[in-house]
Amino acid sequence: MICIGCPMGCELTVTKDANGEIVVEGATCGRGKTYGKQEATAPERTVTALVALEGKKRPLSVKTAKPIPKGKIFDALECLKTVRAKAPVKIGDVVLSDVCGTGVDFVATENL
Amino acid sequence: MSQEIDVLVIGAGPAGLAAAAAAREAGCQSVMILERDDAPGGILQQCIHPGFGLHRFKEELTGPEYAQRFIDRVNELQIPIQCRTMVLDITPDRQVTAISPERGVQLFQAKAIVLAMGCRERTRGALMIPGTRPAGVYSAGTAQRLVNMEGFMPGKRVVILGSGDIGLIMARRMTFEGAKVLACVELMPFSSGLKRNVVQCLNDFDIPLLLSHTVTQIHGRERVEGVTVAAVDEKRRPIPGTEQYFECDTLLLSVGLIPENELSIKAKVPLSPVTSGPTVDDSMQTEVPGIFSCGNVLHVHDLVDYVSLESEVAGREAARFAAGSTPVPAAYTLVKDGFGVRGCVPQRIRDAGADEKVAISFRPADVYRNATWQIRAGENILLKRRAMILTPGESQRVELPREQFKGIPEVTVEVVMEEKK
Repeated sequence: MICIGCPMGCELTVTKDANGEIVVEGATCGRGKTYGKQEATAPERTVTALVALEGKKRPLSVKTAKPIPKGKIFDALECLKTVRAKAPVKIGDVVLSDVCGTGVDFVATENL
Repeated sequence: MSQEIDVLVIGAGPAGLAAAAAAREAGCQSVMILERDDAPGGILQQCIHPGFGLHRFKEELTGPEYAQRFIDRVNELQIPIQCRTMVLDITPDRQVTAISPERGVQLFQAKAIVLAMGCRERTRGALMIPGTRPAGVYSAGTAQRLVNMEGFMPGKRVVILGSGDIGLIMARRMTFEGAKVLACVELMPFSSGLKRNVVQCLNDFDIPLLLSHTVTQIHGRERVEGVTVAAVDEKRRPIPGTEQYFECDTLLLSVGLIPENELSIKAKVPLSPVTSGPTVDDSMQTEVPGIFSCGNVLHVHDLVDYVSLESEVAGREAARFAAGSTPVPAAYTLVKDGFGVRGCVPQRIRDAGADEKVAISFRPADVYRNATWQIRAGENILLKRRAMILTPGESQRVELPREQFKGIPEVTVEVVMEEKK
């Protein structure tokens, strides 16, 4: 995997040693080691997306309030399609709670 | 006839908002922003992805969230933002002509002006790609506005030319909205976008990044039907026999940004051929007295956080100029681009100013690993910085005490001891 900590983009190799400890090779700094471990064991992403706004042509932008497991991105987007937000909306308003059992909410990121 | 304003800001994007707030906070009572769009926020309105504000607010915000913080501040300070207003002309003595559906033609006389018009995207015309002229060729930013703000999808099968950050971000956005992104094609042997965007917008979704490749033909009469992509040699010429055909209905272009300086030219503001923006001193004042410039109209930034910082300098200094409290500098230090360095801003530093620190930023001209860059005055090194990597996609910025430049007519910013990859 490629580290995203800085423009270096170190090529990381993440393996488990005999004791089951995770070993990150190829990182040139500590941040790379932390990233490699996280990315190999439980990769997460903040998902930003759009949701339909009742009675409006334009959509509302939303994000997951915290990063969610990378494997759940498309499930989360699918869930969002079933939702319609209602104006007025403020930044931080919950648009969809507990997305796909992650315990994380989709919240509005603009005032409309 | 004309309305008198102390500090008139052109553009309500991140640069204009920060400049206006800073001008008011510096004590200027008469500040106003003119904006041609329906709402303030500029390009941030359509940048719904996260990654903004890590430096400024120590948290990760989306574009609209970052913009809202500055809009709220401007509102708290009761600075009027006049939207749907297009500035048509600026004269060197700071008369401004603007037009809007609500107010018709308006004339302003400003004591100081802050140019904050931002930049626009390079278009197909600038690339000279052969082929027909079908619908379906968009700049990445136009597609971003259509999808994120207006609720339209430009197409279903997409090829992206150029790996600038907007193109990368749009690869992910289009994927999230159900389109198939077939490839991102980059002429250079490296991406001009941030590493993080290459990984999280392309690699996450198995979208191939074809480095040292370009689009050599666009096919289709009414609508794009496909594009031909070929590898290029080290002189960036297509290599015969390497062509591959992608069947697609949309081509997005993410091939560079150009500061939008038509108004600056009308005001007779000299521009730098390197940055395509005005040449400024450390107060962000152009060579026309009382006209200041900041944000992407001055030089294209990677991070909005630094746009805000730079624009606050411009706003503060514009307020001081309007109040007549700007010290007259006795001398300037010229800042020159040396080896491996492009587009130092500011281009000159005053020997006197209210701020003790002076910021210099530049863009590396190429990729350098294990490099050092320095600011040098003759034999004297004012500052030396080591970097594991310097790339054109990541501009560099440093703050130095003004004192260090005293009595020095010229400094050179340059890359040394490079190990070019």
